[in-house]
Amino acid sequence: MSPENASLRELSDALAAGKLSSVELTQAFLDRIAAANPRLNAFITVDPEASLAEARRADERRASGTAGPLTGIPVAHKDIWCARGWRTTCGSRMLANFTSPYDAHVVERFAAAGAVLLGKCNMDEFAMGSSNETSWFGPVRNPWNPDFVPGGSSGGSAAAVAARLAPAATGTDTGGSIRQPAALCGISGLKPTYGIVSRYGMVAFASSLDQGGPFAKSAADLALLLNVMAGFDARDSTSLEREPEDYTRCLAEPVAGASAGRPLAGLRLGLPRQYFGEGLSPDVARAVEAALAELRALGATTKAIDLPASDLAVPAYYVIAPAEASSNLSRFDGVRYGHRAAEYGDLIDMYCRTRAEGFGAEVKRRILIGTYVLSHGYYDAYYLKAQRIRRLIADDFARAFGEVDMIAGPTSPTVAFRLGAKTADPVQMYLNDIYTIPANLAGLPGLSIPAGFGEGGLPVGLQLVGNYFDEARMLGVGHQFQRVTDWHERVPPGY
Amino acid sequence: MKWETVIGLEVHAQLSTRAKIFSGAPTAFGAAPNTQACAVDIALPGVLPVLNRGAVERAIRFGLAIGATVNRTSIFARKNYFYPDLPKGYQISQYERPIVEGGAIRIVTGAGEKTIRLTRAHLEEDAGKSLHEDFHGMSGIDLNRAGTPLLEIVSEPDMRSAEEAVAYARALHTLVRWIDICDGNMQEGSFRCDANVSVRPAGVAALGTRCEIKNLNSFRFLERAIEHEVRRQIAVIEDGGRIVQETRLYDPDRDETRSMRSKEEAHDYRYFPDPDLLPLVVPAAWIERVRAELPELPEAKRDRYVREWGVTAYDAATLTQSREMAGYFEDVVAAGVEAKLAANWVMGELAAALNRSGLEIGASPVASGALAGLLARIRDNTISGKIAKEVFDAMWAGEGTADEIIERRGLRQITDAAAIEKLVDEVLAANPKSVEEYRAGKEKAFNALVGQVMKATKGKANPAAVNELLKRKLSG
Amino acid sequence: MSPSGERCKITYNTAFKRVFYEGKRPFFETNALSLSLDEVKRIALLARIAVSDGEAAAARDQLNGIFAMIEAMQRVDTAGVEPMAHAQEVTLRMREDEVTEADQHALFQSVAPQVQDGLYLVPKVIE
Repeated sequence: MSPENASLRELSDALAAGKLSSVELTQAFLDRIAAANPRLNAFITVDPEASLAEARRADERRASGTAGPLTGIPVAHKDIWCARGWRTTCGSRMLANFTSPYDAHVVERFAAAGAVLLGKCNMDEFAMGSSNETSWFGPVRNPWNPDFVPGGSSGGSAAAVAARLAPAATGTDTGGSIRQPAALCGISGLKPTYGIVSRYGMVAFASSLDQGGPFAKSAADLALLLNVMAGFDARDSTSLEREPEDYTRCLAEPVAGASAGRPLAGLRLGLPRQYFGEGLSPDVARAVEAALAELRALGATTKAIDLPASDLAVPAYYVIAPAEASSNLSRFDGVRYGHRAAEYGDLIDMYCRTRAEGFGAEVKRRILIGTYVLSHGYYDAYYLKAQRIRRLIADDFARAFGEVDMIAGPTSPTVAFRLGAKTADPVQMYLNDIYTIPANLAGLPGLSIPAGFGEGGLPVGLQLVGNYFDEARMLGVGHQFQRVTDWHERVPPGY
Repeated sequence: MKWETVIGLEVHAQLSTRAKIFSGAPTAFGAAPNTQACAVDIALPGVLPVLNRGAVERAIRFGLAIGATVNRTSIFARKNYFYPDLPKGYQISQYERPIVEGGAIRIVTGAGEKTIRLTRAHLEEDAGKSLHEDFHGMSGIDLNRAGTPLLEIVSEPDMRSAEEAVAYARALHTLVRWIDICDGNMQEGSFRCDANVSVRPAGVAALGTRCEIKNLNSFRFLERAIEHEVRRQIAVIEDGGRIVQETRLYDPDRDETRSMRSKEEAHDYRYFPDPDLLPLVVPAAWIERVRAELPELPEAKRDRYVREWGVTAYDAATLTQSREMAGYFEDVVAAGVEAKLAANWVMGELAAALNRSGLEIGASPVASGALAGLLARIRDNTISGKIAKEVFDAMWAGEGTADEIIERRGLRQITDAAAIEKLVDEVLAANPKSVEEYRAGKEKAFNALVGQVMKATKGKANPAAVNELLKRKLSG
Repeated sequence: MSPSGERCKITYNTAFKRVFYEGKRPFFETNALSLSLDEVKRIALLARIAVSDGEAAAARDQLNGIFAMIEAMQRVDTAGVEPMAHAQEVTLRMREDEVTEADQHALFQSVAPQVQDGLYLVPKVIE
């Protein structure tokens, strides 16, 4: 077994059996990063000494018998999570010099589990983007073809896992920023139900939509990661107080209590007509149809459903997310941390230059949109209207879950596109997230798993959207699919 | 032309919580710069607000105390603007749905009682402070105060004079300390007033254009700033000008208000519900518990003093200026002293002595029981009111109880009629000239005779008895 | 992006075709709000972002394109629909009134652009 292709469970077993130390494992991934990152640009910060020090502590913990499943396993964090002593840039010049004085809840939880912080992954600036081209630190390349984007905003995390530079990574998903890059890079990614992963220490983009989640090769790995990431945090007022769950609990059992050959018997999948229209690229449609056939072969039934308000998800999202972002990003003012312009006149000039220099074009664009839609005279027509449409979208899902157990469809309308193909046209770029945004607006969990390849040999993702708190069952469905397919085990050539 | 003044007040009361409204940092005043500003207060990337229950409880207490509606659901919103003492670039406040709506406060002025209606009271966070001393031509920012809980209390434009505005502000100041939600320290900025002032021709219903005056950190400044602003507005209008709606700053050194130019930039606060904070829901049981724990309020006490004890409305208002004073007064009454006598002494000798010593009533060297002991000796004619003042001064100086001092100094009133008569006879014999003058119709001469008798008794004779006896003798 | 022609490229998705072309009226002929250069500059100042004239003009064209897309919302009747501000229908949790944070200003100020005597320094604030 080569460690980079092993599952988390296999790595955990190897560590537990003493066949492998965390230091060896961490060093192996650090070596792979050193070799591949110049090509991929998936990491903004690696700190081998810090990572190896954590690995040594993990090995001591293994030796002392207090290890958990993830103790000693390297995990890369999207550079949106604050990690004490680590530079935390959020992909922005604004925070290029910011060393976080504290840990995010998620970072704390991985540390408490004994995981090793392998490095900080590149991302679209402040998580605004669908191609990882808005990063101040340069674009991330898709491991399947370096001329193509990895998706975004968590493109560095997705590329790192796809290229086997990390066994697992974290991301955040505001409008598809975990699922879309997972799909475009051929790996598995989960956006959990809003409120089960604490946002404390995650640099905020759009607070009512942002949710952290894991990337890994397989659904089974995601379940182990979610066991660590999810959990109540008193410091986040939107964190939900729930009994801890074991997200691996549906991995072994057939989902609906059916036979081993038809483990998904009884599972009703809804296929939204709105997700299979003519805008869906034929290569993606073919791969998704094949994946659905596989799921039916496993016993699931499929039926067409309607999510009529989904058509308005992108417009509503591009009001709500920029509105919240315009306010969330006001704290970057050059006073207490981060970039400050070198030259300025009075206070207002200091603000204006600092922010003009510190933010990139897409971030500024969204701040301007958000400022405008909240400004006097436009609030009702834009912000309140968008919130009403948000309600209609959530209501559509609620109705759908009355007749189906889960919703299935494509994660993204196309496979990865070429770098630069959409940078001139923001609206084109925004439409990449047309199938992922509705789940964010409703707060529902969404899973993307590899479902074959489309044009140019680039990966296609199958998306499952579940009802609130249905992650364990979704991961179970993904796992059954991955038991009979090997898309998630395909490695990009050269890695 | 006769003008009418219209005033509404916005008061920011700092709530007396231990920790800040959205973080666990302390709220104590006067710490070294930025030592009480935690990650949340300085708005590090990724931090989030969590509401302090103590701030909500105080807002509920206030709402109940003014007979307002405590909204079962209220919403926190973001008020967006850039300022270096505002770390997030927005202030968390309540906008469309505040926690408290309506309510009223009764004020007492020379003209009598009046009810001032309140519009709302909402929870919000305070900003930090900009220090303008010269730091290489820059300002210094201290965020210790950032995130301190505030209750912003907004009145209707119900006040018609600076005197009413001050009476309202004082009543509010009394109330917030009474119900223990704010320490009321105006020097430290715990209780800050902004006044919205406009004028209109008497008899006109429509409101004039108003100006908001800021920086009123004492009742005296509030009064003077309003008076100045009213004169300014009338002068502008009478000179054919128009009032421009603006924010003005009161300058106590020059006793004038001036336009705050920096606030002229049109503000567009882009309020929207804070996505980090869910709707605040206050269960009915919480409201009922707070209601049950509320102390008797100043207005209720005032009414009771008047109704049950025959205290005048004005005296009742004075006695209820603080919970401590009212409690002291009630303790004196509870010890058996007649309420009017107790009121006179608490507001008279005691208040004057406290004032001279710069003491709060809680620190009075003469406790309520001791004062009651003194007043009992007036009541049973052991001493006169005049002697009682001497005894009080001795008690204040720590010389013992009233009875001890009376005994030690031999101040017991002479009630023996024969003894007084003897003294009167002696005085009449020794002062024939005064007797002559009195009989010739000079009233002054009588007073001189009374004085002589009192002097002879070292003040210990009952003045009424001396009067009566002298009159009888002189007419005899 | 130019105001009309290029946006016709938004045909690749049926959802958007439905949104934008239903009613036989191309979306760019709707009454979509159109920002002037002065408005862009006003918003930029409100957001404290310096923009040159050239940047403002480019931003205006892109923003107008985005607003044209957003304008699709206005076609739906949402009368009587309660605005949804949060993803979960839950109420606010509160913390107890307890001091939990110790002084860390030296650590926090180690990443500050300019400090003196424990204060953050900024260009003179004029009241």
